[in-house]
Amino acid sequence: MKKVLFVLFTLLIVSSMLLSACGPSAEPTTAPPAETQEPSEEPVATQPPAAPEEKTVVIGFTSSLTGSQEVSSKRQVNGFLLWMNQVNEAGGITLSDGTVVKFDYKTYDDESNGERVQELYTRLISEDNADFLISPYSSGLTSAASIVAEQNGKVLITTGAADDATYKTGNTSLFQLYTPGSLYMSSTVDMLQQLDPEAKVALVYESDKFSTSVVEGIKPYLADKGFEVTLEEGYASGTTDFGPIVNKLAASGATVLLGGGHYEDGTALARTLYERQIGLKFVYLLVAPADTKFPELGDAALGIATSSQWELKATHTEEEAANLGIEWFGPTGEDFAAAYQAAYGDPPTYHVAGGYAAGLVLQKAILDADSVDPEAVKAALNAMNLMTFYGGIQFDTSEAAHGLQIAHKMVVAQWQKNDAGELVRVIIAPADVATNDPLYPVPTP
Amino acid sequence: MQQITLLLTSLPDGILLGFVYGVAAMGLTLIWGVMNVINLAHGPIIALGMFGTFFLFIRLGINPYLGLVPIAIAGLLLGVVIYFTAVHRVINAPHLSSLLATFSVNMIIIGLATAALTTSPYNVDFSLGGFKLGSATILGTRLVAALIAILVTGALYLFLYRTRPGKFIRAVTNNRAAAELMGVPSTRILALSFGLGTMLAAVSGALIATFFPFNILSGGGYELKSFVIGVLGGLGNPIGALIGGLILGVLEGIIPTFMETSWVPVIEFGLFVVILLVRPKGLFGAKK
Amino acid sequence: MKSWQKHLGLVLPLLVVAGVVLWPIITDNVSARESAFTILKAIALASSLNILLGYTGYVSFGHIVFYGFGGYVGLYFVNDHGWSIWAGMLAGGIASGILAFLLGKAILRLRGAYFALATIGINEAMKAFANNFDLFGGPIGMVLNFSVYKAYGGAAEALKMTFYIMAGLTFAALLISHFVRSSKFGLGLLAIRENEDAAEVMGVIAPNAKTWAYVLSAIIPGMVGVLFFFKNGHVEPPVAFPLHSSIELLVMVMLGGQGTVLGPILGAFAYQGMRGYLVTSDFFKDIQLSVSGVVLLLIVLFIPAGAIGWLRHRIPVLRRVLA
Repeated sequence: MKKVLFVLFTLLIVSSMLLSACGPSAEPTTAPPAETQEPSEEPVATQPPAAPEEKTVVIGFTSSLTGSQEVSSKRQVNGFLLWMNQVNEAGGITLSDGTVVKFDYKTYDDESNGERVQELYTRLISEDNADFLISPYSSGLTSAASIVAEQNGKVLITTGAADDATYKTGNTSLFQLYTPGSLYMSSTVDMLQQLDPEAKVALVYESDKFSTSVVEGIKPYLADKGFEVTLEEGYASGTTDFGPIVNKLAASGATVLLGGGHYEDGTALARTLYERQIGLKFVYLLVAPADTKFPELGDAALGIATSSQWELKATHTEEEAANLGIEWFGPTGEDFAAAYQAAYGDPPTYHVAGGYAAGLVLQKAILDADSVDPEAVKAALNAMNLMTFYGGIQFDTSEAAHGLQIAHKMVVAQWQKNDAGELVRVIIAPADVATNDPLYPVPTP
Repeated sequence: MQQITLLLTSLPDGILLGFVYGVAAMGLTLIWGVMNVINLAHGPIIALGMFGTFFLFIRLGINPYLGLVPIAIAGLLLGVVIYFTAVHRVINAPHLSSLLATFSVNMIIIGLATAALTTSPYNVDFSLGGFKLGSATILGTRLVAALIAILVTGALYLFLYRTRPGKFIRAVTNNRAAAELMGVPSTRILALSFGLGTMLAAVSGALIATFFPFNILSGGGYELKSFVIGVLGGLGNPIGALIGGLILGVLEGIIPTFMETSWVPVIEFGLFVVILLVRPKGLFGAKK
Repeated sequence: MKSWQKHLGLVLPLLVVAGVVLWPIITDNVSARESAFTILKAIALASSLNILLGYTGYVSFGHIVFYGFGGYVGLYFVNDHGWSIWAGMLAGGIASGILAFLLGKAILRLRGAYFALATIGINEAMKAFANNFDLFGGPIGMVLNFSVYKAYGGAAEALKMTFYIMAGLTFAALLISHFVRSSKFGLGLLAIRENEDAAEVMGVIAPNAKTWAYVLSAIIPGMVGVLFFFKNGHVEPPVAFPLHSSIELLVMVMLGGQGTVLGPILGAFAYQGMRGYLVTSDFFKDIQLSVSGVVLLLIVLFIPAGAIGWLRHRIPVLRRVLA
């Protein structure tokens, strides 16, 4: 009897697994894998130009299908796939010798954990013949991947890897698309200086790699601008009860909070702040408020600000590029957002934009280099000074911090209520792209 | 002086939360007491309880406290299912077997739930307001959760001491072989105990979901807390678990007063090891 | 028993590990080398754990703490003081050994599940401590500068070198495992596993024996940690002390058969092979975790003695070879 039961349950589990495997898979494979051709060395001159040679470039990356980074990582991948499908559907890109370059990709699950990242990237390079690499999501995983890329001389375009330290290793192959962590909060501090130079700042942040490096980066800047920091408090990852921290915050006399970490702790902190009403004038949190799910918090979301790598409402334009006198490349932000919405049914977040931009930057570099040779593409990336919908793209080429992003600027977004009383995320800084005035101080209900 | 004010402000929070931690730990410690199995699937079941609240309240609009009833029933059934599939065969095997068996259940639940629900965070926007008590703010959701936790403990106590199956459970806890000789249907009692343990885990998850955001991996943290509480209160002692929960809650409330919050886990786990060494039976004695 | 017969059990383990080491060298395939590295790492860690778990019968749930702690200490000297990887590894191994000695004196008094729980607590406490310890970079951890690799002929050469060192460490783990098992000391451990009180009566000084088993099981993981973080180029607390990996190690030992030399090797090989396959398989990758769980559950329920135990039970002739 028990044996029968056991067999039944096993069957149940196995069949439910099969169902979930066959059901609407989370993985957005819309692209039919293009025929991978043998990478022919160089276009042979005797070929008639009438039959343009077609080349498929393989882009490799790991993504987090499981584990804690899953959400952001999948968005990043979706953005990349959108770019790839668009380019392939448009017939690929054509080099001056008539070669048509199309793209394919290969990815594995890194389980949000660094243990296999090097193994998988090596596999991408040596087994799957990846020509170019994109980073996993998160700085830690990217650090591990960067060594393999460096070792094989492969370009590694990083997105979702903000931490500065990864780039200060003497590498030559990393190219960062995100604004580095140390500059995350600087536009917010600039804005605060305009609004309220007397503000007393509390830094309350998750004590993990990313958030700590952001806070360490902003401390000298705060001191420079003459702000008083009344509380500096790291909390362990996985903290859920923010009551004691908020009480401490209230006791410190701070008027402005800068901090946060990732989604869960950020929402919990925002919620606790709202429940306790300790009269802060302004709250800035990392990451969480940039997510489309943040308004699930209801009124607790009101007034919470964050910085974002990209916002549709502050998307960069060709006009902006012209004013700055730098080259413009790629679709407009509106076209990108509409295409993404059509393909995935969600408005794009900055993770998506980052993934898309990774493809776009690579495409531009291949065009500039007029070749898919890694060294030529690397040179083109080093020389790049570009404006896209995602923002400015220029890389530090010094040996000390190669690949660090130096042109891209973050915007400050805040959850405010529109006329209909709905929560919307608006841009409040920098002034030249702001759509609304900052809500400052945030009203108490 | 300021520190004392801060302490008094944070204390009520810790106490209220401690009751809920206590319920989670009670589930773990009950299973341990009855069958000497550490249930490593405890965390994912807590997380499933959280999702129970989310789907019942957000999707179906059922009041979270009313929703506890179906969640408890589902938790009980799930526990019985897990017992017969994974635990029953290894109940007399060395510890390692039952640890790994429940760990594989953990992997299965997390894997399936990640595929179905993703690891994206969920949030139950539910509030009962709050009121001021001196400098402290008492939140409605936490107060109700604490009351429910006390009710659940009381009910469990009555069940264990006043009903026949409850007495059987205690008999099996004391001495399974003897209980079997006295005609206690031990397999059914073991399954029931495992079910009760998972039920408590699911209920605590459902309560936690009313005040904290969560995702499918969130249960892991509460599982670790349950270990600490279980050891504080004495493994296998359900009432001790409630008191252990209170101690942990209070610690979490007051440690940030004296040092940076990121030290909380260092103190927690350090204390855990010390108690194991000094009083392995827990502060209030393990199962008799 | 003749002395060569005593070491018969070492032949098969050596052959298996040599096969794993030679496979990428013969095929000259970098990807195979990386996979082999992962497998060797698992073998070294699982074999070390086996000294405590398999021979002595103590379930260490947080064994990865030695890997993390040793790794942190070694990388600190490599990164901040310019030590070579060799010196760093030595430092890491010694640090883990000392930690194990001190811990062993305290927690090996606990038995059964209480010991298992204590090791979890120690791992978590250590992780949280590293997160607050500024010398080790706190939450940011340490990032290795690529120039460190220059001393070894560049990143490519350095990564190749780590493979050979890993192979060396794996052989060392294996030899330790074998010699502990075939020594009088190991016999004492086995006696403790079967019945600690009886063993004491028979003259085994259990507290000392257990502590030294704990120390022996900690040194190699400490060295592996240094090597892995050196290869990975960075370390941060969650990477160094993953409780999950501790449990995976237990799974490996269990799969192959605890208390044997060959068991953990086969277990590590099978487990890493399976995970590696599932993660990269198109069909399973979305639910690979659940599939692993089901496979593990079936093995725990139906072959609790592990592959080696099962074989020894079924085919008595093999008992001498499958030590």
